[in-house]
Amino acid sequence: MEIRVQAEAFRSGKELEAFTARTRGAGAVVSFSGIVRDDSGELSEMVIEHYPGMTEKALEQIAAQAVSRWSLAGALVIHRYGSLKPGEQIMMVATAARHRKDAFEAAEFLMDYLKSRAPFWKKERNRDGDSWVSAKDSDESALDRW
Amino acid sequence: MIDVLYFAWVRERIGLPKERLETSASTVADLVEELRGREERYALAFSDLSALRVAIDQELADFDASLSGAREVAFFPPMTGG
Repeated sequence: MEIRVQAEAFRSGKELEAFTARTRGAGAVVSFSGIVRDDSGELSEMVIEHYPGMTEKALEQIAAQAVSRWSLAGALVIHRYGSLKPGEQIMMVATAARHRKDAFEAAEFLMDYLKSRAPFWKKERNRDGDSWVSAKDSDESALDRW
Repeated sequence: MIDVLYFAWVRERIGLPKERLETSASTVADLVEELRGREERYALAFSDLSALRVAIDQELADFDASLSGAREVAFFPPMTGG
């Protein structure tokens, strides 16, 4: 399993190709990419703050849980922080397993947990000013199914 | 001595990301009480604990958790990763 927390942009296609190439014994690879969305058409940037040290630890714990629950050949989590423009990739998750069910479920589990258990905070910068993105109740209740 | 860290709007409301404190607080809740009593900006940041999360030594914790042996406490709003 590989965890990367970085300010730099990445290309999910390239990352996915490399992940697939170095993961042995997989018959299924699932990936998810999160992208900065601009619903209002007025977003100038998204600023992501995180808690260096705890972020890496939390992501490793979440990934370790996924590895212990599903039969995985590999897992990759990349999450950016800093200033991002609309359309840029915020993060990606990839999982590899012998069969697709494990890969899909583990990827969803990783996403659900890193939404509300990894110490990242998003701030949207608009023409009118700044606002912190608030956590949704549905993000918290999404953990119940696991 | 304990390092106290603030993130996101908690950091903005208090006006600093980190401070080192001498405290006799035995739990997180005690520490919050101490901080609230310091200045208005702290009282404001800690006015609604249901809007806050806490981590002790980089692990999520509860407000009634003990601070015994803790080196670092962080306060922040619910996380919005992904």
